[in-house]
Amino acid sequence: MTPELIIAIIVTVVGASTPILIAATGELVVEKAGVLNLGVEGMMLVGAIAAFITLFLTGNHYLAIALAAAAGVATSLIFGFLTLSLSANQTATGLALTIFGTGFSALAGQGYSARPVTLLGPLFPAEIATHPVWRVLFGYSALVYFSLAMVIAVWWFLKKTRAGLILRAVGENDLSAHSIGYSVVGVRYAAVAFGGAMAGIAGACFPLLLTPQWAERMTAGRGWIAVALVVFASWKPFRLLAGAYLFGLVMTMELYAKAGGGPLSVIPSELWAALPYLVTIAVLVLISIRRDASSNAPACLGRPFLPSN
Amino acid sequence: MPYRLELTGITKRFPGVLANDNVSFAVKPGEIHALLGENGAGKSTLVKMIYGIMQPDAGEIAWDGQVVNVTNPKAARKLGIGMVFQHFSLFEALSVLENIALGMDAKIPARELEARIREVMNTYGLLLDPHRTVATLSVGERQRIEIVRALLLDPKLLIMDEPTSVLTPQEVEQLFDVLRKLAAQGCSILYISHKLHEIKALCDTATILRGGKLVDTCDPRQETSRSMAEKMIGAGLKDIVRQPGRSMGKPKLVVSRLSTRKTGHFDVPVDDVSFTVRAGEIFGIAGVAGNGQNALLDALSGEIIGDDKDAVTIDGYPLGLLGTTGRRKHGLCAVPEERNGHAAIGDFSLSDNSVLTARDRLGMVMLGLINSGAAKTYTGKVIADFAVKALGPGSTAGSLSGGNLQKYIMGREILQKPSVLVVSQPTWGVDAGAAAAIHQALVDLAAAGSAIVVISQDLDELLALCDMLAVINLGHLSPARPVDGVSVEEIGLLMGGVHGTMEGADAVPA
Repeated sequence: MTPELIIAIIVTVVGASTPILIAATGELVVEKAGVLNLGVEGMMLVGAIAAFITLFLTGNHYLAIALAAAAGVATSLIFGFLTLSLSANQTATGLALTIFGTGFSALAGQGYSARPVTLLGPLFPAEIATHPVWRVLFGYSALVYFSLAMVIAVWWFLKKTRAGLILRAVGENDLSAHSIGYSVVGVRYAAVAFGGAMAGIAGACFPLLLTPQWAERMTAGRGWIAVALVVFASWKPFRLLAGAYLFGLVMTMELYAKAGGGPLSVIPSELWAALPYLVTIAVLVLISIRRDASSNAPACLGRPFLPSN
Repeated sequence: MPYRLELTGITKRFPGVLANDNVSFAVKPGEIHALLGENGAGKSTLVKMIYGIMQPDAGEIAWDGQVVNVTNPKAARKLGIGMVFQHFSLFEALSVLENIALGMDAKIPARELEARIREVMNTYGLLLDPHRTVATLSVGERQRIEIVRALLLDPKLLIMDEPTSVLTPQEVEQLFDVLRKLAAQGCSILYISHKLHEIKALCDTATILRGGKLVDTCDPRQETSRSMAEKMIGAGLKDIVRQPGRSMGKPKLVVSRLSTRKTGHFDVPVDDVSFTVRAGEIFGIAGVAGNGQNALLDALSGEIIGDDKDAVTIDGYPLGLLGTTGRRKHGLCAVPEERNGHAAIGDFSLSDNSVLTARDRLGMVMLGLINSGAAKTYTGKVIADFAVKALGPGSTAGSLSGGNLQKYIMGREILQKPSVLVVSQPTWGVDAGAAAAIHQALVDLAAAGSAIVVISQDLDELLALCDMLAVINLGHLSPARPVDGVSVEEIGLLMGGVHGTMEGADAVPA
């Protein structure tokens, strides 16, 4: 393997991992607050179509990201209203949200397929962004740096700030948090909205970063991988980073296998394509066997908050 | 000097219940004031209004002579009201320091907070490592967190809701020392309990509630435990009646080298437990909560099945490899601690709940079909014999109050006339009148020749009820000895994990 190839692989892996990392970072905060939102895939699709239409109409990438985040928040608030205000079952509501997001994005995207837009370019000046070596550090778009910054920010928020402590407390024991006088529903709404914004931005990565067009279901199950990744990372932000790049690597392998040639094509590309999902299942099984890892889960995860008074 | 806290005409109504009816009383500065009453008498509702968790429908609360409106717990803490809850509002996965920080309204830097915590701990002798994770602490240590948290706010009134129900006698003494020290410095204490000897030992004044109404305010040192209990339940208290000249039969339940595996993260398994219960004997197992009682009950009832068939035997018949159904068929019935969801299914009718445990012993199922007539008749008998307040066999278990559900569950098992009955916390949350009835039923069942195992944290209950007593600590069972020759101090030491003191000359090999 030449250094050029390694750099090319790293750049591709980072790009492919970014949407998963962003969505998973959001979901981690949501789950830390004790809410299981399985609608990540749906919110990502809504974010993707919002970003695409904005970009198509205005040509402004950053406006597209902002509106994708807003669309993600709006979608997540449907989930929030049902599960937090009406105490609906979180698993069923999350699944329904994904179905809704899939259908809604397809409807909104009618007539937009096969219309090209431009990808979001690198953040840094071209001289350094296209440098054969330095592009491994400086050759990415703003979304990539954003994803890394958010991992650090979320770690710092959860570990070091009082608001983060309250959020963890709400996820750990909602009734106690309530009896001390914290607003459980308020904290959870904020977390769900943050998760929605992150999922929306993650969705925006697809037309802005990966394929410059709109296609129905273009997120292709990455939202589910993000949900699995949170468990895989035992709710720890930096493990999330490692996990996301691992998944990104496996997905990149598929591309190289498809392109043909080399030792990767020994394994059929369909199997490569299935590999991230197989890894997800394997990881979930492993974690269920190793009880200590799953005991790190927020104690109230997925349970509706029903105060007695 | 004005009263620290004065309640006038406090009334609170819930759908179908008048929880507090025109309650008025006052607490002086530096006074330790008991709030006494049965479960459901309205004590908890009352203090929730003082602490701002609920709002009264009528009446007013005065603080240092000023009428105040306590809209939420934050407002209460601002006034100087601290509260230690019966069910701790702690976060198991967080550290002691983080837990305390969550209870503080002002944002204090972690280092400064830690210094203040250490200062409070030293002043009152409440020792704890601020960096330990709560999940690794004992119940007594957890309570200390709650107390430290309340004391950091320099409270002028500290509300303690049933603080001793989870403590060993020694821990109770330590707690009382702290409370007396606080009161001497002018902090008023509102002490909620139904343990009369504690109130006599600690409190200056007692306010007694019954059915939401204030019955009496008295000086507990001038009263007897009995006179206060009778005010509390509003009727004469019945003593347990034992038939004279009772003799124990042959060994009935023999447990030998029973162990369970550790399953969950915070689960305490039982380790090499052996004991024998004779026919007609009531065998008590004392211990602080979370020392393996749940695992022991599950291993005896058959929910946990071991690999040694002789670990549990009745009349020599090995039950060790049988599940709950098999053991019930051979006469071993069990009542777990958790009533709703474990002992009974809340959404099922009482009648259906009877089918779940009595179907084989009482022939409620024929060829796979439920004989609902038999189930209804039996459930009706349970309701009548144990004075369960329910509309009938068709009421759902979840619609009953905790105490009534417990009466139903105890009745459902006792009326099956099991040859061995294992019960955990038989009177937990049950009022004194009903508790006396349950105790009497257990004594009668033993008199009829059954062997009974009672697992309880309530030492008074065990001392009144049992013939033999052993203590469980971290999954180990101490040797058993007759209740007559045992002192509360010794039991307390064993509950706290000090072994060896009971292996004296009169200890009976288990």
